[in-house]
Amino acid sequence: MKNIKLIIRNKVFLFVFVAVILVFLFLKSIFGNCQSFKKITINVYNWGNHISDGSNGYLDVNAEFEKRTGIQVNYTTYLDNESLFAKLNGSSTKYDVIFPSDYMIAKLIEKDMITKLDFNMIKNASTIDKEFLNPQYDPTNEYSVPYTWGVIGIFYNKKIVDDPKEKIDWDIFWNPKYKGKILMFENSPRDALALSLLKLKLSINTTKIEDLQRAAQEMINQRPLINSYVSEQVFDKIGSGEAALAPYYSDAYIVNSKNEDIGFVVPKSGTNKFVNAMCVPKDSNHKKEAMQYINFICNPDIAVENISHVAYCTPQSVVRKRLDPKVANSELVYPSKEILSKSFTYKNLPDDINIAVNNLWLKTRIDGYNGKLKLILIFLIFILLYFTILIYKFIKKRKEFKLYEF
Amino acid sequence: MKKRVVLPPYIFWLVTFVLVPMSLVVYFAFTDKNGNFSLSNLNDVFLYSNVFLRSIWLGFIATSFCFLIGYPTAYIISRVNIKCRKFLIAMIMLPMWTNFLLKTYAWMTILEERGFVSCFFQFLGIGKFSLINTSSAVVFGMVYNFITYMILPIYSVLIRNDRHLVEAAQDLGANQLKIFLKVTFPLSLPGVIAGIAMVFVPSVSTFVLSKMLGGGKDLLIGDIIDMQFLGSVYNPCLGSAISLVLMILVFICSGIMNQFVKREERTVIAL
Repeated sequence: MKNIKLIIRNKVFLFVFVAVILVFLFLKSIFGNCQSFKKITINVYNWGNHISDGSNGYLDVNAEFEKRTGIQVNYTTYLDNESLFAKLNGSSTKYDVIFPSDYMIAKLIEKDMITKLDFNMIKNASTIDKEFLNPQYDPTNEYSVPYTWGVIGIFYNKKIVDDPKEKIDWDIFWNPKYKGKILMFENSPRDALALSLLKLKLSINTTKIEDLQRAAQEMINQRPLINSYVSEQVFDKIGSGEAALAPYYSDAYIVNSKNEDIGFVVPKSGTNKFVNAMCVPKDSNHKKEAMQYINFICNPDIAVENISHVAYCTPQSVVRKRLDPKVANSELVYPSKEILSKSFTYKNLPDDINIAVNNLWLKTRIDGYNGKLKLILIFLIFILLYFTILIYKFIKKRKEFKLYEF
Repeated sequence: MKKRVVLPPYIFWLVTFVLVPMSLVVYFAFTDKNGNFSLSNLNDVFLYSNVFLRSIWLGFIATSFCFLIGYPTAYIISRVNIKCRKFLIAMIMLPMWTNFLLKTYAWMTILEERGFVSCFFQFLGIGKFSLINTSSAVVFGMVYNFITYMILPIYSVLIRNDRHLVEAAQDLGANQLKIFLKVTFPLSLPGVIAGIAMVFVPSVSTFVLSKMLGGGKDLLIGDIIDMQFLGSVYNPCLGSAISLVLMILVFICSGIMNQFVKREERTVIAL
């Protein structure tokens, strides 16, 4: 009797459990659909802190876009080009607007992952300066609209670094005088290797394995001098004097110019210039709305707010004229033509060179490939130990059993 | 019969959140980027041997420290009166309510060259020094973050122990040390094993800690896995292969530790 009751209870429980899940799925599908009927949502995938979000007195750009068009913006951020590429490849989310930089755009075009833009819908693109049109990464200018640009420069603590500003060049990162005070890029293989290449006066777009190996060797030589590998903590560490030198992107200069101890210099020997542009992935579900969004971002009124907040350089001289003149005329923010003529944007490297760059960089980060034998040995010792204990216990048990029998 | 009542949800949970992800890890570990069967990932895992060794070594040190600090703490807490005990346990649990990253970030500013500790010693005239960006700082971070998982299981075993056994030992003339070695400690062994497993496993596979406290100079295996999935060197197949090897290692370790506990008292799953 009791048993039957239990079985019934069991079945009821199972039934309720399955029913709850089904109802949940049903409701979700209904409501999920309803929402998408009412409002279109576009997925915007951008660099971290790369849009004005209303946090320091400037316009909340996404909210403004929603207000004007009624299109919802689902805004998410990424850390570097490579993770953007990984996400585009691996994620089930369909992004509508992305902000890759130069070489990544070339790669995305090559892999046929971004779509041609409809410039009839992006009328504001006409305000982009001529020098930013038809760049090498997008020679026909059909796939991208430049959003911001900048250079890599050297940030330093004025109290610790006593070299004259004009003399600071890339080799300062290898100067033993600043041992334990040097910061390095944490998560970008290309940026990290580019520094070594710049120091060696080699092309940052080199496809020769020997050059890359030399650069990697420089990075290994540099290891003992390094304080830490960081990304955004650069300014905490330099500001407090914990570290003295760091390579970083020029946008950060304005943000941190309030701290008088932090200096910034773009080496005269040339540097890397990067452009971040807006693109629309091929598998976007809302291409029309995406174009609308890009057009909105290019609107000079909006761009002023954006650039004032993110502090990168603008590719629109209309916008530059409307910025704070202190910033717009600063040689530090907008490097001189002389420096720019010696600066290069990254080119997309062939796949095998890309893999080599990643592997070389990882090798410098993990301090070489060794210890294989030791690891296998440890594994074997662990397994042996495990079996010895098992066998020991087995024998002991048998002995006890025999004793018990007698 | 009674047990089966709770089974369906449990099986559902087990399948969706344990079995499926695990088999995905195994599947990815044995395939290359194009989805073909390949053993090259497993071969590549051994390129990161020194990272593995470092993780195991640091995890081992961290676990030892956790045990050396955690056991006496748990013992003392289990001995004091009930009001005091509740308060102390609450104090042990308190840091767990704060986010892991936040706690570590706080330690960064404390350990820096211009940080609190250094300033304090400078004030005393001993001189300034930087404690951060070393392997010891990473171990410190592990001990700080995971020691709760050592204290709690040991405490819960000690508290359940029958006080009469200790009294009986005293009656039979054993001194304090002997009671501890022959009665208390052997009885608390299941808790110790659970504690060791709960500290060692997260310590070996931790990430971020080495980036934040170690300055990213001595990467741990968790960081390498993190890089393979989220970082710039995107290769989930290799990441899965590293995870698989790490999982096997952890299983073997738990298997060894389980042998020290009676079958019925085992709390750690193992091979």
